[in-house]
Amino acid sequence: MVLTPRTKPSDPARLLSAPARWTLPELALWVAAAACFWVFPSKLLLLNEVAILALFALSLDLILGYAGIVSLGHAAFFGVGAYAAGLLAKHGMADPLVGLAVAAAAAGVVGFLSSFLVLRGSDLTRLMVTLGIALLLFELANRLDWITGGADGLQGITMGPLLGLFEFDLYGRTAFVYSTTVLFALFLVARRVVHSPFGLSLRAVKGNLLRARAVGISSSTRIVAIYTLAAVYAGIAGALTAQTSQFVSLDVFDFHRSADVMLVLVLGGTGYLYGGIIGALIFRLMQDWLAGITPQYWQFWIGLVLVLVVLVGRERIEGLPRSLMALLRRLIGRTAAEGARP
Amino acid sequence: MSIVLETRGLTKRFGGLIATNDVSLSVEKGARHALIGPNGAGKTTLINLLTGVIQPSAGSIRLEGEDITGLSQNARVRRGLARTFQINQLFPELTVLETVALAVSERVGAGTAWWRSTGSHRAIAEEAAAILDQFNLGDVMGERTAVLPYGRQRLLEIALAIACRPRVLLLDEPAAGVPEEERHEILAIVAGLPADVTVLLIEHDMDLVFSFADRISVLVGGAVFVEGPVDAIARDPRVREVYLGEGDHG
Repeated sequence: MVLTPRTKPSDPARLLSAPARWTLPELALWVAAAACFWVFPSKLLLLNEVAILALFALSLDLILGYAGIVSLGHAAFFGVGAYAAGLLAKHGMADPLVGLAVAAAAAGVVGFLSSFLVLRGSDLTRLMVTLGIALLLFELANRLDWITGGADGLQGITMGPLLGLFEFDLYGRTAFVYSTTVLFALFLVARRVVHSPFGLSLRAVKGNLLRARAVGISSSTRIVAIYTLAAVYAGIAGALTAQTSQFVSLDVFDFHRSADVMLVLVLGGTGYLYGGIIGALIFRLMQDWLAGITPQYWQFWIGLVLVLVVLVGRERIEGLPRSLMALLRRLIGRTAAEGARP
Repeated sequence: MSIVLETRGLTKRFGGLIATNDVSLSVEKGARHALIGPNGAGKTTLINLLTGVIQPSAGSIRLEGEDITGLSQNARVRRGLARTFQINQLFPELTVLETVALAVSERVGAGTAWWRSTGSHRAIAEEAAAILDQFNLGDVMGERTAVLPYGRQRLLEIALAIACRPRVLLLDEPAAGVPEEERHEILAIVAGLPADVTVLLIEHDMDLVFSFADRISVLVGGAVFVEGPVDAIARDPRVREVYLGEGDHG
């Protein structure tokens, strides 16, 4: 026929496993992440924030990139995790890992309960429902000021040493290693999940709900499961923020946080797990760099980049170097008789 | 012969419109049963009722003797009722192999397995590949569905339903939109479906119906107008009248 098979169709199991195999760029990225500890010792506080934001965006990618659920209120789970970890530490349980587990559980419960609200409805419905839940939690935290500290924030958090050995230091050394390790561990889990039959069924639900149901997939249970998992991830990201900054304010539930994480993910790209990490790196470094140059107007440039990414399309931006090379080669080899196809 | 799929007094009203009117249909095990009717006769509504996309206003549906009227779409599929769509309903971003592996893994109950990679379930991968070979899609199994030519997508549409290993298969105009020179491939596939799979064919194309079906129900205005063996229907003057009267295919 017209198509030539790209791969030898000899072994279907190998073919199905292909996306799950590690590639060199992937390994390089994680080696680079680890190397940051020695290469940028003065930037570890910033890189810690990048790792946490990356985890938060990874969490959004699980529902947006793999199940097609849009959310403008993902900060709801981030905030629940942050307050859970903060409150626990404030009231005497200072071990970071215990805090992480409790925050994950709390965010998971909230995620599970709210997942039933995003099962049906259009994208617009989901945007409004998720936004609404985040607003509700924001005001709830504001109102319960005897627990949360209200607008003043939750103060007096003191974290114990990590694993009873490593104190959180002023330079963010412990914080960076802690957050990056958690990010890596949760990334590994997410990677397994998206390449499993369960992950495949999510992509089917995202791609064509009508047909997914017609091959016997119970879309509701799959959505509940992934939404809950994503909430757990977001909650852990929130807990990491609370623990490494030793402060929680109402800001954790704020709308801009939900919007930022969406922006980060769109910058980096959805549906391949690395979008959150790449997006977080670009976003925070741009923010840091631009804020140094134009402290008041840095959002202008972020906005510009976002518009370009969405309008021009990531493929074309990523393909730009190759297109330029091709152009160059054509200019150089103009005399050579060559079938000209752009 | 036993009845595998049966409806009794199946009725669907949309406001004042009666799309399906008191349809009582019995499909025998292993039958090649065709459902024909002019445009607007309610064929699609009936399919949607049978598969659980919509709920009936009245009446019941039984599959192998059990009432499935209240069951969800996916529960019906798990009980052995699968369908294809008149307009391709595929997963553009999945590869051809992933598409069929998806249905196989759901059927064998591995759809919620979240820890092992899909490819590590060797039995699933191999069954999916075997199904694709049957449908002459083995050479493109690594391709994204979106890049397949229309005729091959049409084959995948049927392969995906077969991967659910149905006992009753609802084929909704399998050859719709397929160019003349590729039709024979679809027809051969349809003709070669396993004999133990009961097929309910919804079709517009009389050539296909008469060559394939052993029994025909004619649907007009949401109700069963006449039902009988192929030759009786072919001779029935009332059926011709309905078709000629509507100025439709004949």
